[in-house]
Amino acid sequence: MSGSRTEAKLTQTPEFRLAIIAVVVFALMAALSPDRFLSAQNLTSMAFQFPEFAILALAMTITMMTGGIDLSVVGVSNLSAVVAATILASLAGPETAGAAAVMWLTIALLASLSVGAAAGFANGILVSRLGLPPILATLGSGLVFTGLAVAMTGGAAVMGFPAIVAVIGNSTLFFVPVPLILFGLLAVALHVLLTRTGFGLRITMYGANPLAALYAAIDLDRILLRVYVIAGMFSSVAGMIIMSRANSAKADYGSSYLLLAVLIAVLGGVNPYGGYGRVVGVVLAVLSMQFLSSGLNMLQVSNFARELIWGALLIFVMVINITDWAGLRARRAPVKSG
Amino acid sequence: MTALLTRNETLVAVVIVLFCIVATISDPNFFTVTTLSDLLRASIVLGILAIGAMLVLISGGIDVSFTAIAVSAMYITTTTALALWPEMPWYFIFSLSILIGAGLGAINGVFIAGFGLPTLIVTLGTLSVFRGFLLTFVGSERISALPPDMRNFSRMMIARGTTEGGDFYALPWALAALAFVIVLTAILLHKTMLGRSIFAIGGSVESARRIGINVRRTQFFVYVYVGALAGLAGILHGSMGRMADPFSLVGLELSVIAAVVLGGARLIGGYGTITGTLLGVALIVLVQNSLIVIGIPSTWQSVTIGALILLGTGLPAYQAKRAAARAG
Amino acid sequence: MTEPHTGALVEMTGVTKRYSGVTALDEVDFTVAAGEAVCLAGENGSGKSTLIKILSGVEQATAGEIRIGGQAMTHLNPRTATAAGVMVIFQDFSLFPNLSVAENIAFASELSEHKRFFNRGHARSVARAVLDRIGVDIPLGARLETLPVAHKQLVAICRALACAARLIIMDEPTTALTGREVSRLLDIIRLLKTQGVAVIFVSHKLAEVLEVSEKVVVLRNGKKVAEGPAETFDTASLTKHMTGREVHDAAPGPFAGSAETLLEVKDLDKPGSFSDVSFALRRGEVLGITGLLGSGRTSLAKALFGLVAPDSGSITIDGTSVPLGDPIAAAEARIGYVPEDRLTEGLFLTQSILRNVAVGRLKDHERGGFLDHRSLVAEASDWLQRLKVKTPSITAPVQSLSGGNQQRVALARWMARAPQVLILNGPSVGVDVGSKADIHDIIRDLGARGLGVIVISDDLPELLATCHRILVMKGGRMVEEIAAGTVTEDDLSHKLAS
Repeated sequence: MSGSRTEAKLTQTPEFRLAIIAVVVFALMAALSPDRFLSAQNLTSMAFQFPEFAILALAMTITMMTGGIDLSVVGVSNLSAVVAATILASLAGPETAGAAAVMWLTIALLASLSVGAAAGFANGILVSRLGLPPILATLGSGLVFTGLAVAMTGGAAVMGFPAIVAVIGNSTLFFVPVPLILFGLLAVALHVLLTRTGFGLRITMYGANPLAALYAAIDLDRILLRVYVIAGMFSSVAGMIIMSRANSAKADYGSSYLLLAVLIAVLGGVNPYGGYGRVVGVVLAVLSMQFLSSGLNMLQVSNFARELIWGALLIFVMVINITDWAGLRARRAPVKSG
Repeated sequence: MTALLTRNETLVAVVIVLFCIVATISDPNFFTVTTLSDLLRASIVLGILAIGAMLVLISGGIDVSFTAIAVSAMYITTTTALALWPEMPWYFIFSLSILIGAGLGAINGVFIAGFGLPTLIVTLGTLSVFRGFLLTFVGSERISALPPDMRNFSRMMIARGTTEGGDFYALPWALAALAFVIVLTAILLHKTMLGRSIFAIGGSVESARRIGINVRRTQFFVYVYVGALAGLAGILHGSMGRMADPFSLVGLELSVIAAVVLGGARLIGGYGTITGTLLGVALIVLVQNSLIVIGIPSTWQSVTIGALILLGTGLPAYQAKRAAARAG
Repeated sequence: MTEPHTGALVEMTGVTKRYSGVTALDEVDFTVAAGEAVCLAGENGSGKSTLIKILSGVEQATAGEIRIGGQAMTHLNPRTATAAGVMVIFQDFSLFPNLSVAENIAFASELSEHKRFFNRGHARSVARAVLDRIGVDIPLGARLETLPVAHKQLVAICRALACAARLIIMDEPTTALTGREVSRLLDIIRLLKTQGVAVIFVSHKLAEVLEVSEKVVVLRNGKKVAEGPAETFDTASLTKHMTGREVHDAAPGPFAGSAETLLEVKDLDKPGSFSDVSFALRRGEVLGITGLLGSGRTSLAKALFGLVAPDSGSITIDGTSVPLGDPIAAAEARIGYVPEDRLTEGLFLTQSILRNVAVGRLKDHERGGFLDHRSLVAEASDWLQRLKVKTPSITAPVQSLSGGNQQRVALARWMARAPQVLILNGPSVGVDVGSKADIHDIIRDLGARGLGVIVISDDLPELLATCHRILVMKGGRMVEEIAAGTVTEDDLSHKLAS
């Protein structure tokens, strides 16, 4: 389905700008430190690192497409990880191996996905049926999800999994890291969903003008419900990767990922007022961020400085993009949420 | 609508009263002067931050960066004082922190009022910029050797003593800062054209522009004022805790916003009262400090606060949605 | 008609406005005397809103001279215009829902005095004085959002008066008012005129305000095409001047066919909006529903499409009842609804024309869960062609189209769903004259194809030109049923207002 932007030249799309940014950042980092940045070891380690927050960014993207936001993604991913970890640690235990381990892992994964779906469903109900502004709904529910994880664990990390758990986060399949494969699958799935299905098109249309969507006899509540359920399930997949890579689960893992997820979505050209966003852009944004982050790492820049750079980047990108959004925002002005 | 708003405030008040009744029944030591003075002390920093956050909500925005402003202002002030003039009197220290806070708030103001960017995303960005800057370039060490006058301030008491029943209590002068902020903000909001303009732009930006309110200047002021309040709250936090901890405060923003929203301020702007906000703060402080007293383990604190936010915003939102459906 | 003219309050001579090659106003002369009421009439795009924007300082004229109170205003901006006593009351009133009545009235005047401090008592006394001046009693402490529309308008008038208005410009002042409220407004206008305040009514429906006006000025395509004493105009002559031609397409005459009943509405009831509404619609019939803005016509239209849930009553199509208050069920029962406000309710402005049409048909073009892009394009193109939408590309955003073409896109979306009943609310609002006639052709054609069509409108010539039967609503009730060809426009307008 061709969008309103297909008329614009390819070079004017935010995705094109992003592709250039990604290439420039990559080239810059490669030039600054060619031996280390281009080493196979670095490239692999990057491929293991970014999928967890990139998947959270995909979850953020789909909610932003509706003009909403999901501030609970990190809470959902930790809660689902804690639930899975509890199953793996207390029901299976570190000694389990073979078929039993596979069975417990499957159960844990299903439990985690169900937690993600249930959490997303709760968000969806709050936003659609009860009419809460998404910011407050997911801010409150995020606290609840994190809080449940704290209450379940008493704030401590859950560990002692069967060895097989490491497969999700630390192994490769045909030389490709499994987390990267998971991210790739989810990105492609989301892209297809948004561009090739009626549901995806309805998401875009709803985001562009919720009132007109109502008048076009679109089932708004159902769209929002499904969007937040998808976001919740994506978050739980991210939670599984985090759990596997850390070989433990804790209520406050990945607390910096919320900002990162918002940043990547916005950087990827997703309009936070709804109605525009492309997975291609988000993927390019993820790559730029990872090149930058990894490069900064090699330049021995601290985590704190990285936080500063990300925040600054977020605002910078917003300033650049605001001209594109001014029109969209004016259109949406009459339908204030809340 | 007035009825609805009062209902939000009365609802919070009722919950507080119920909480206290249950707490007193389960622990007779709860309802004492000691507990009260402890809770009051715990409300000072949260209260000042909440009043700032309320102002932003009234103007139609949302700010999550104020905790980063508070901790930056506090820590930069402390290190500056220690480096340049360790004997700096407390009122200079406070003024410096307030000024730094206002300056950082102005940065938010430039992006929000100047460029018209969405407030949540800008302040999410500045939250990490301020914090990242602080921890990278200023320092990441906890400082317990504060400038002497900062420590002295925390020892200055309005009243302290022991009741006949043997309950110890202490009311620090920091409490006067909260009182000052309340009075100042009340005057600002209700007695000045600027304050009324904040309500007006929260009610309708377009109408405000048409009758000649300088919307950008008003918004800019809001973020500067909130920054200044955060600077004050930060330095109070530092001196009362007798430690300049660059990792403190950040993370508190959600609880503060929870307090404000519970007090009846609405995300769409134009609504919010100081009374409601203070009631919200009281409830949050109770939950943070005394949840265990009513038999809920303190690990459930986050769940409780989150549930309170959902309840506090969900009820009015649901009522509004139903009213809209009824009106057709 | 009673007030003596005491020299011109506003004198605009040779005012011209060009926007990048397009001439919106062409050498227009326009004067208003103190205490005078002037009707400024014109269709959308005639230049009337440009004239008002220039007079209120929102935009600057390309050429021409403006004098207010005899003084030449070279650099008019909103602030200087306000200082000179020119106040605009926009259609949305531009008030603050969260503030009190007193503050809404006094805010602007306090602001213009550059006050720093706000004194509630002073604001109340300013508000009280102005309310007394026009003899109205509205509780000063009430939050504005709790007031009915008519009171909000009075608050807006009071705000203008509090700012020492010498000229009040009212944009479409009567559209939102009931008959009684209109006459009350007119009384207040008469009173203001005796106090020397001038009024400009900007409207495309002026019959209601003609009686208090001295003068009528008609604009068309940026030019002044008629000016004269109000008593020399009536609705018909105004329409003629505004459109530049006699817009009397052939009335369809009473419904002749004996087709079976398609839609039956029984005892539909929604307290506060409409009550006891019953009517039937036959296949091929075009039914008009009219009434003033508060009459419940739009609520009824929304109720038929499930956007408003009636408390009781029933809607049946071909004998099968349609669930109330559920737009999706209504759409599945093949009821279509083209809303009044195209820009916010009808269209996804930033999205492509194709998507705007296709959005209603997604379910039917999914093959195994995926959209069949080609068949969607084929179907949408077909409808766009049939409705004569002129566009270079169906992937262009719909906002790039003219009003008339936009309305056709909104129609195409529903036509593609093959509705049995199509409800059109204000089908030609904001559409140019040529497209209007085309849209009327489309409506008549829909009937001829066997659809049941309901046209909700207060554009009487439109109803007369398209409908077999017209139902008149007043105070939420159906008060009269009129067969086509039995009334003139004047009769109908009397029935509406009485």
